[in-house]
Amino acid sequence: MSTPILLQVESLSRSFGKFQALSDVSLEIPRGRLCALIGPNGAGKTTFYNVVSGRYRPTRGRVFFEGRDITGVPPHKLVKLGLLRSFQITNIFPALTVLENVLAPLAVMHGMSFAFWRSLSSQQKLVEEALTILERLGLAGQSHREVSTLAYGDKRLIEIAIVLACRPRLVLLDEPTAGMNPEETERMIRLIHELAAHSEITFFVTEHDMKVVFSVAQTIFVLNQGRLLAQGTPEEIRANPAVRQAYLGGSLDAERA
Amino acid sequence: MRIRRAGSLWIVASTAFLAAAPFFLSTYWILILTEILTMSLFAMSFNLLFGYTGLLSFGQAGIFGAGGYLAVLSLLHGPSSLWGAFAAALAGSALISLVIGWFCVRRDEIYFAILTLGFGMMLFTVAHNWRSLTGGSDGLGGFTLPPLDLFVWRGSLADPRHFYFLVLAVALIGAILLYRMVNSPFGLMLRSIRENTQRLSFVGADVRAVRLCAFVVAGTLAGIAGVLFAFFNRIASPEMLHWAFSGKAVLMTILGGSGVLLGPAVGAAIFFVLEHVITAYTTNWMVFLGAILIVLVLAFPRGVLGSLLDLVQRYRGRPRS
Ligand SMILES: Nc1ncnc2c1ncn2[C@@H]1O[C@H](COP(=O)(O)OP(=O)(O)OP(=O)(O)O)[C@@H](O)[C@H]1O
Ligand SMILES: [Mg+2]
Repeated sequence: MSTPILLQVESLSRSFGKFQALSDVSLEIPRGRLCALIGPNGAGKTTFYNVVSGRYRPTRGRVFFEGRDITGVPPHKLVKLGLLRSFQITNIFPALTVLENVLAPLAVMHGMSFAFWRSLSSQQKLVEEALTILERLGLAGQSHREVSTLAYGDKRLIEIAIVLACRPRLVLLDEPTAGMNPEETERMIRLIHELAAHSEITFFVTEHDMKVVFSVAQTIFVLNQGRLLAQGTPEEIRANPAVRQAYLGGSLDAERA
Repeated sequence: MRIRRAGSLWIVASTAFLAAAPFFLSTYWILILTEILTMSLFAMSFNLLFGYTGLLSFGQAGIFGAGGYLAVLSLLHGPSSLWGAFAAALAGSALISLVIGWFCVRRDEIYFAILTLGFGMMLFTVAHNWRSLTGGSDGLGGFTLPPLDLFVWRGSLADPRHFYFLVLAVALIGAILLYRMVNSPFGLMLRSIRENTQRLSFVGADVRAVRLCAFVVAGTLAGIAGVLFAFFNRIASPEMLHWAFSGKAVLMTILGGSGVLLGPAVGAAIFFVLEHVITAYTTNWMVFLGAILIVLVLAFPRGVLGSLLDLVQRYRGRPRS
């Protein structure tokens, strides 16, 4: 039996020197529920991901993944457990091809990091698996292009492709649409929606664009100055006075109009 | 596909040329070719770290020299066996690289370079100051080359042509090993580390272990190249371990093309041919050699071979795999 709660965070805090970037945040992510984390610039969203994904140690608090305490477990071990993250600043392998960007994590997953005598291109299973992922993202046609020559939006998709190659159960997406134009944003959102609906993967997304958040998320968490301000369905969040205050009413109203 | 075929045609042709060279080239040029092949192996081993993994090692000469000394020591104090000498150098340089690498692969970029420089200086000092064992600054010579015992046929390493064949065979084996390696899943790990170390470790790879493996393979090949070098010169000398000698590998690799398997070999060929042609005309050859190298590096930003391959690719319009 798998627990209905995939990720459980208990009074998580993180400070940098005297500055409290995250204070006493507790939340739960149910399996299969598309959740979003929002908050103004500097609210601590990336810090939250950095702590949950093992990049930073928390100053206080615990993190449980599928009921197992993963506080302070390093990122590469979390990958093996199925907890993955993407990066706000595109973090891929620039001079490698699109295919190689996906083959690299796949080779790691298949325990082939040290296979030095086999030819990479003759690893049928690996290549097919990579192409399946690329097809899902609409990138298969460009599999032999160097990723540094791709359009910005496609580079962001490579980020997702690398994450998918690791067979995740929970994916933390840090502003997947950061810096994208409206069409690219639209495509990314549709993709996340589709992946969330047609796979076993649970997504937890941070996003600036309110329109996007309110259209895709089933549950929204609002972070402000390192504290969890509110949580609930899009409707509840929209109606929440504290949230409206934090956002000065601006973007929430604009979205309604 | 067509690029592949054209590429393999070139490789077959140059291998055939190298194999046939002793039958039509003068001894003078055979000696130069021997030097080129030896330095090619050394520089290719360096390129596995530099061009493929993104690690600049200034300690490569230290391991190269250690291989040379170990082989000579094994001939002086052990049996007069060519394979024994190679085995001693192989085991010794693998072990030394394992120890040095264990410390160095923990750091990136300039810190890695400085660590390898430090270890290289230590190895140099051992070779230079441990007079009773290494002969100090005079180097370690006075050994007789064992016969080239191929079980069915016995050659003599005193014959430059027989020696050349030995070097050619060893360099080819090294090149084939490296070729398989860079085109394998392991090779993809190396290039991914070069491109984005942190990202690779975030997908669960043990980056340190992968780097350490590359370091040991590169060091072992460098040690073997050192054996050929010491046998060719009939002496193992401390200069072989000096970091300036690592600089030669850097120069040849950048000249020919880093991240291209045969780039360092092309770089070594250009370097030695220029050196021999220019010294025939002037004693100030360093000035001219330097000037020509500067022009080449400026004209071929990705190395001579690297830039040529890019050019071919642009005309054919397909990316290199
Ligand atoms: N490594 C660090 N050292 C010191 N301060 C940090 C560090 N990382 C984050 N901070 C600070 O913590 C606060 C929260 O930053 P964080 O990046 O988590 O915000 P965010 O919500 O992701 O913002 P944005 O919407 O701009 O991405 C900021 O004030 C930031 O300056
Ligand atoms: Mg952020």
